[in-house]
Amino acid sequence: MFGFTRSQYIAFLIMVALIVVSPFVLYPVFLMRVLCAALFACAFNLMLGYVGLLSFGHAAFFGMGSYVTAWTMKFWHLDAFFAMALGGLTGAALGLALGYLAIRRSGIYFAMITLALAQMVYFFCLEAPFTGGEDGIQQVPRGHLFGFIDLSNDMTMYWVVAAVFLGGFLLIHRIIHSPFGQVLKGIRENEPRATSLGYRTDDYKLIAFVLSCGLSGLAGGTKALVFGIATLTDVHYSTSGEVVLTTLLGGLGTVFGPAMGALIVTSMENYLAQAGAWVTVIQGAIFMICVLAFRRGVIGEIANWRKLTL
Amino acid sequence: MIMIFGIPGPLLFGQLLLGLINGAFYAMLSLGLAVIFGMLNIINFAHGALFMMGAFVAWILLDTLGIGYFPALILAPLIVGVFGVILERTIISRLYKLDHLYGLLLTFGLSLVIEGLFRNAYGSSGLPYRIPDVLQGATNLGFMYMPNYRGWVVLAALVVCISTWLIIEKTSLGATLRAATENAPLVQAFGVNVPRLITLTYGAGIALAAFAGVLAAPIYSVNPNMGSNFINTVFAVVVIGGMGSILGSIITGFGLGVVEGLTKVFYPQASATVVFLVMIIVLLARPRGLFGKAA
Repeated sequence: MFGFTRSQYIAFLIMVALIVVSPFVLYPVFLMRVLCAALFACAFNLMLGYVGLLSFGHAAFFGMGSYVTAWTMKFWHLDAFFAMALGGLTGAALGLALGYLAIRRSGIYFAMITLALAQMVYFFCLEAPFTGGEDGIQQVPRGHLFGFIDLSNDMTMYWVVAAVFLGGFLLIHRIIHSPFGQVLKGIRENEPRATSLGYRTDDYKLIAFVLSCGLSGLAGGTKALVFGIATLTDVHYSTSGEVVLTTLLGGLGTVFGPAMGALIVTSMENYLAQAGAWVTVIQGAIFMICVLAFRRGVIGEIANWRKLTL
Repeated sequence: MIMIFGIPGPLLFGQLLLGLINGAFYAMLSLGLAVIFGMLNIINFAHGALFMMGAFVAWILLDTLGIGYFPALILAPLIVGVFGVILERTIISRLYKLDHLYGLLLTFGLSLVIEGLFRNAYGSSGLPYRIPDVLQGATNLGFMYMPNYRGWVVLAALVVCISTWLIIEKTSLGATLRAATENAPLVQAFGVNVPRLITLTYGAGIALAAFAGVLAAPIYSVNPNMGSNFINTVFAVVVIGGMGSILGSIITGFGLGVVEGLTKVFYPQASATVVFLVMIIVLLARPRGLFGKAA
């Protein structure tokens, strides 16, 4: 029903099994971090992998989603569902505004414009009173979902995050394999031709951008809820860089690559936490190795080796 | 005291000068980016990191070898430029056949590595670099006191920018360069060593960034983040100006610095974002940039 091929179906079942089993083996808070990063990377991959536009400003949508969810949870005491939904809507609305400007250029300019616009959002968050400036919004309560599910328990929260991730993952997969998604791929391969066939390519790109930003905002909001904090790091351009790395490392334009990338990058940060500034050096080095020798990414290499579509 | 639009003259001129100085750095950095993009077709994300490296090399030269500011102004760009040449030969040249975006990603990774290494070695608190004795003090211009060093920075940046423009527009080397930018295979067929030209262009663009870094060292403290603070704004400057024209980069760089300085006087809250607002207006009105060619 989601347009999976046989190999993707098997991979999907393996992924679901891992999501179900792992909280009994590993620390759930760590796993929630992986899942939020994975949703963010999947949303980013929708733009880069399927439309072929590199956004270097996705932190703006992730971060604003995170701020809005944190703010509405802490000061309006909203239900967690509405707070996360508002995070996603904020990402989508901001994506509509910034995307409208950015899609006027493509290729390398698109990357620079999104980077610059996201930097503007960063400066806005630095100055605006509601973000708490350098302190961020701290001690955000997790509250309740639908009024009766208490999220303060890590395991309960984990299942909610897992459901959000799987929902987002399947939605993205459905989008990619819809007629709309086929047009997106057509634009990626040959935009003038798509235009000549009568498609309004700018509209398609903008819709894809808004969807991608909305899901990024949802990922940010979920992250804010899990950790009870929204800070400037979420909107900083290093977060934008990290999601590019995650997607590239996992496998650009593959369905399962971003999730795999999120697992690798988050584990790396977790285990290298003591290494301080070396984390940046290692991340940078991985970036360079990926670009030079490993452009298909982990999942892309496996798919190529086994002749599968993943 | 002179009042202009209800603002005390010295305050206005002081901020204008600060704006010109920022503009000088925008101009030098966006100029290098434009020259490199023209030849290599990559956006050099590592430009900010190499700018920072220029400042650090000057600091290290002074700290370990006792080499002062003026020799460093020549030596640091040379050293960093050679580093750039090595980078181009060993790493970046592998990407020319690929999509432009890979160049952006590679140089982004490169900037993370360089900044991370300097942060490990020198911390991120910043190291002071003394203004050379000759340029200490300030001059009374009648309407304001101008710190000598700041005047020097604007002057040096102008000279370097205009010489770069003259080299590219008026010399035979520049003519070859422009021809290779238009059609590299044809120029190569005429017997010009295009790969070497590309390497030297990258080295020169990097040297320009390092030169800006040395100029910046006494103004900002020498720290690993000094480049990334600049580079995001420089990207906006490049989008505003468009990368088609050398003179355009210079004018846009200085112009936006001045706009930023004026914003600091009249509406300080927006001073960090005004360049981005200008970018939005330009994107709405003239998407290819003020001096850009039609895509």
